[in-house]
Amino acid sequence: MLDIKNLQVKLEDEDKIILRGVDLKIGAGEVHAIMGPNGSGKSTLSYVLAGRDGYSVTEGSATLEGLELLELAPEERAAAGLFLAFQYPVEIPGVGNMTFLRTAVNSQRKARGEAELSAADFLKLVREKAKALKIDAEMLKRPVNVGFSGGEKKRNEILQMAMLEPRMCILDETDSGLDVDAMKLVAEGVNALRDAGRSFLLITHYQRLLDHIKPDVVHIMAAGRIIRTGGPELALEVEANGYADIMGEVG
Amino acid sequence: MALAQAKEDALTARVSGLTLAEGKGWLGSARANARARLAAMGLPVRRDEYWRYTDPASLVAPFAPSAARYQPSDEPEAFDGIDRLKIVFVDGVFDADASDDLTLAGVAIERLEHAEQAQIHWAQGTYGMLEAQGQTPVARPFATLATAHATDGVLIRVTGRVARPVALIYVHASDSSDVILHHCVKLEAGAKLTLLESGPAAARLTKVLEVDVGEGAEFHHVRLQGRDHDRRAATHVFARIGAHALFKSFTLTANGRLTRNEAVIDLAGPSARAHIAGAAVGDGDFHHDDTVFVTHTAPDCESRQVFKKVLMNGATGVFQGKILVKPGAQKTDGYQISQSLLLDGDSQFLAKPELEIYADDVKCSHGSTSGAIDETALFYLQSRGVSRASAQGLLVLAFLAEAIQEVDDEAIAEDIRLRLEGWLARHAAKSGR
Repeated sequence: MLDIKNLQVKLEDEDKIILRGVDLKIGAGEVHAIMGPNGSGKSTLSYVLAGRDGYSVTEGSATLEGLELLELAPEERAAAGLFLAFQYPVEIPGVGNMTFLRTAVNSQRKARGEAELSAADFLKLVREKAKALKIDAEMLKRPVNVGFSGGEKKRNEILQMAMLEPRMCILDETDSGLDVDAMKLVAEGVNALRDAGRSFLLITHYQRLLDHIKPDVVHIMAAGRIIRTGGPELALEVEANGYADIMGEVG
Repeated sequence: MALAQAKEDALTARVSGLTLAEGKGWLGSARANARARLAAMGLPVRRDEYWRYTDPASLVAPFAPSAARYQPSDEPEAFDGIDRLKIVFVDGVFDADASDDLTLAGVAIERLEHAEQAQIHWAQGTYGMLEAQGQTPVARPFATLATAHATDGVLIRVTGRVARPVALIYVHASDSSDVILHHCVKLEAGAKLTLLESGPAAARLTKVLEVDVGEGAEFHHVRLQGRDHDRRAATHVFARIGAHALFKSFTLTANGRLTRNEAVIDLAGPSARAHIAGAAVGDGDFHHDDTVFVTHTAPDCESRQVFKKVLMNGATGVFQGKILVKPGAQKTDGYQISQSLLLDGDSQFLAKPELEIYADDVKCSHGSTSGAIDETALFYLQSRGVSRASAQGLLVLAFLAEAIQEVDDEAIAEDIRLRLEGWLARHAAKSGR
């Protein structure tokens, strides 16, 4: 599904190298988690994959089912099936959540040469998906993320993911700022989307999210590289001993 | 002295191109009075403080600079879906064939030229009167020019609560048309009217709309200024608002080489409310000036000014807005916001917000901002599959939303939103992104 090779990235405006050769391969239907200390480059990786400005790729490639992502505009990557759930979902005053969702869904359908959803079909679909995430009609009517609580913002991200049905979902610290109940809701939303054709990359600081969304593979990232890869037990090891041991081990 | 001479010369030049309107009856006197006032003030030149940001030269020139008509085939007529009484002017001349029958319950509509026959007419107390009052403390000579030299216009007297909007439709037919119009609206106590205006009108338009809103009456004004790229316009709205009355005016402008929209509002009776709003989208050689003067004369009144401009490719936006609170106008609630969204570094927004307050128990706030589009929001939308151009369109609409919200009638507001969406989509397609 996603194949990242020797990805090296620096900040566009300064000579600060963030990623120093990331290699990562995620198969169809797999759930991978990346853990790592602050400043290790986890969020940068997600932004670079989604196409945010401000970074320059100096080396390497990232392909989604063979398609080179790094040359595409963000909206083309989305249409190709990539989705990033933001660590800090953006507030957009004046744009209704519903308008936003409909525009997004239909833009992607159009880009893929599919017919746009009718207003009625869209409404039916969005109500059904929103209900599962306990997102009420009022939240759908409000401007995008404006006045939403932390939990509401994260649930809204998962709603977008559910509506857009991407094949490769990257969740950037979706657990941050969530209480236990909200985390369960979000995890249920993610688990409901798991299937053989859809892959996930969970970026997180903590093991606790992985109690609710069971990963197949866990990677530890530090200083712009993946320094260890293992099974779910690796996350438990981090939880018990912190990152220092692993980082020390690798040297 | 030199300035006074320059203003006088400007007037002489401008009037030389005009045929003098007939001077009969009450209207003749009103015109003669305006000519005398005009002679004393002259026409503005660039050195006038009030014209510091907008060059009046092309408004003063003896002939209208040529303006080609813009006729998009894929754009529905303004307010297309709204059931309205249509009054059509072609290059500033009333077109009876294209207009509806002017009979409508609760309102009497009359052409200016018919009204002058009357010995006594209600418009005597309105025509040129609100305009003359609006000349202090700042002179507005183009308005006086319109009172003196208007060749057409309508007088609308509203006695009931009129369900159907009255729509003034301005068709631009000749590339060199130079049009002067003057309309009056008087709402009797408790009356209600929605007045729509649309169309480019002429290569150059000079216009006055005087509105006298009686006690407890309600006036809604929604205007769509035509899209002809080269047109020029100096328009004025003068309103006197009585006790417990409501006045609302919204203008959407896209295109036009030069537009100066002045609004001069007097909250004359206690608990009156006035909301004046504008949304403008300017691309390229576009200069758009909103000059607003709100006077709180009576206590317990509320005023709101909401002006938003989106500017790109070297367009210029100007806002001069003032709230004057007179002594005794206690419990005034005044609000003013002017904002611009600059889509590139070539465009500019010039704002001059002013408050002048002579009462001590008053709530007044004003703000003015200029900003670029929010790149983070743009990326967020793009990351969900929305193209950069569409995302920009969504953010532009969102930016203008606060001004459009001032339109109370939801169907009319929706017409405006859809029109804007259409423009932005075509604009995005044209710029190929």
